[in-house]
Amino acid sequence: MILVFLSGGLFLGWSLGANDAANVFGTAVGTKMLKFKTAALICSIFVVLGAVMGGAGASHTLGKLGSVNAIAGSFMVAFSAAFTVFWMTRLRIPVSTSQAIVGAIIGWNLFSGSLTDYNSLSKIVITWGASPVLAAVVAMILFAILRSIIRRTKVHVLRMDMRMRLGLLLVGAFGSYSLGANNIANVMGVFIPVSPFDDLNILGLFTLSGAQQLFFIGSLAIAAGVYTYSRKVMQTVGRSLFKLSPESALVVVLSHAIVLFLFSSEGLESWLISHHIPAIPLVPVSSSQAVVGAILGIGLLKGGKGIKFNVLGGIASGWVLTPLVSGLITFVALFFLQNVFSQEVSREASYVISVPVVEYLESKDLETDPIKVLIDEEYGNASRMQSALRNETTLNSDEIKLVIDAAERERFYIDPEIISSKLDTEWLTREQLNALRGLSGQTFEHKWQLNGALNRISDSWKPRANATSNKKYNTELKAKQRYLYDSFRLPLENSK
Amino acid sequence: MSFLFKNTKILEAQIDEFLDAISQSAIVYKQAINNYLAGDMEKFEERMTAIDRLESKADKIRRNVENQLYGQSLIPEHRGDVLALLESMDNVIDTAKQTVNQFSVESPDIPEELNDGYSELAEIAANAAEAIVRATRAFFNDIAAVKDHLHKVYFYEKEADTVGDKLKRHVFSLDIELSRKIHLRYFALHVDNLADRSEEVADRLSIYSIKREI
Repeated sequence: MILVFLSGGLFLGWSLGANDAANVFGTAVGTKMLKFKTAALICSIFVVLGAVMGGAGASHTLGKLGSVNAIAGSFMVAFSAAFTVFWMTRLRIPVSTSQAIVGAIIGWNLFSGSLTDYNSLSKIVITWGASPVLAAVVAMILFAILRSIIRRTKVHVLRMDMRMRLGLLLVGAFGSYSLGANNIANVMGVFIPVSPFDDLNILGLFTLSGAQQLFFIGSLAIAAGVYTYSRKVMQTVGRSLFKLSPESALVVVLSHAIVLFLFSSEGLESWLISHHIPAIPLVPVSSSQAVVGAILGIGLLKGGKGIKFNVLGGIASGWVLTPLVSGLITFVALFFLQNVFSQEVSREASYVISVPVVEYLESKDLETDPIKVLIDEEYGNASRMQSALRNETTLNSDEIKLVIDAAERERFYIDPEIISSKLDTEWLTREQLNALRGLSGQTFEHKWQLNGALNRISDSWKPRANATSNKKYNTELKAKQRYLYDSFRLPLENSK
Repeated sequence: MSFLFKNTKILEAQIDEFLDAISQSAIVYKQAINNYLAGDMEKFEERMTAIDRLESKADKIRRNVENQLYGQSLIPEHRGDVLALLESMDNVIDTAKQTVNQFSVESPDIPEELNDGYSELAEIAANAAEAIVRATRAFFNDIAAVKDHLHKVYFYEKEADTVGDKLKRHVFSLDIELSRKIHLRYFALHVDNLADRSEEVADRLSIYSIKREI
């Protein structure tokens, strides 16, 4: 059954390869600077390398799809996103994979009654507008610099041609590596907890963990997408929007890589914050949008005459359509999966404001009198509780979120077996592990109870004070806490 | 990848060699005509052989360069232009060869008082050819400098027209047979041809260099 569900991820990998590889190598192939065969080979190799070597870091955070909490649901979210990308790709619209995924997750949220975090959603949507603009600006600057360098150095046209090819190849290889490292968690991340693979030692040289083997398979799916379907998209990206020269092709690929880096570099963020410069939010940006923005920037710099605005219009409408279509497909598909094939597409959830929850909320300085009317009422999902809280109380949306988080009823059993055999002992510190062992055999009903128990034993599970320098530590601590929840969670119905 | 760069260097050297051949042929052209005017037929025949050799060498190099450009799909953006440019440059050296050949075949009987006129015309036409060679070199290496050389080509071509016109008037004002006048007029046109071919290349080159401006 796992293999059937895995196919959803593989399909997503395939469409990611067909679509996003075109962003990396499309301009190079479109301008005939690289042969498709060369581009596909380099891209595949570096996607696999990026996924296996660089993807491991993202495996703890489970990527963007991590919030989808049942395997059949993950399958459908991945499948619907992939189908949307495939469909749009067939229509030769350079579609954004990240948009399709975000749309599909929102579709799942709506179907399962989970709450969508509008704060981070609005951040993501804003960057969908900001990243093409930023890419256009970066491309304009880079292009002006490159042009003046070329004019000044007086390099022979043939030698310049070779350098451009080499440059496109190097930048493309780098782009493919980051594509593999950043996106493999989207493709395969949700399947890590159910990975059927054991650690594999290859010729005594190195060991591939189960997650890495999973990533390897996912990256092979990406490579398959590159080989079988990316050619057409590459031609669309490379030629149809604006006729690119090899020099501008290099600038496009480079600015696309820079924009992706700007939106994903933690190092840059902390540097900006420490120098009191407003930081760029770290959100998943779409590489397709960055590429289109960069091409547009160069077109504008050259006077804007060569830009085909009807093609641009098609692409832009694709950006609006993608998340909507993807969300809709997911919603409908989940309905079928649940009701026709009777698969569990989301984890059964229960939200109750019990007496301990009220006490906990009081300790968080929340005025609990208004919510006492709802005490011991059980809600099947978060959005139902949210509307009840909205109707019955005068809490603001932040307070409502706090109440819902506290009221979520789960079941965590600190299984000594799991501590000793399954946990990543290199990631968690010795102190953190010792604290966990201290809770062996205990059961908790809420996340905050588990956290509280850990905090009482050891400071190593306490978040540090809210300061810039501690931001990274706290983010990682949160990831570790999520890791604990996923490791020790038991199905809810057993608790009754 | 280094073998690709090696190939590039060889190709660059070949293009340079091709342009050298054209530039040399322009000089030899000038010398050959002067030798003819001075009646030094032995030297003239030597020059003719030299220009023949240069022409076939240029032909060979051009074909090789073209084959490599397409075979290795180099400079996809500009190879059509480069191809047309090399071919029209080939016309320049062909014209030089043909003109010298015509002198040899037809042995025009040029009155001594016209010697200066023909010599000047040959000099100017050769200058135009040399200027277009420099412009073409700049097209490969230093695109901004192409204009500096192109305007000279246009200048020499115009100058050649003026001098040629003067020469023809002089020819027809002489008291000689009409058939000889017509023969001499043809040779004024033949010598001028080199400048005209150079101008044709210049016209193409000015378009190509706009395309090369990134």
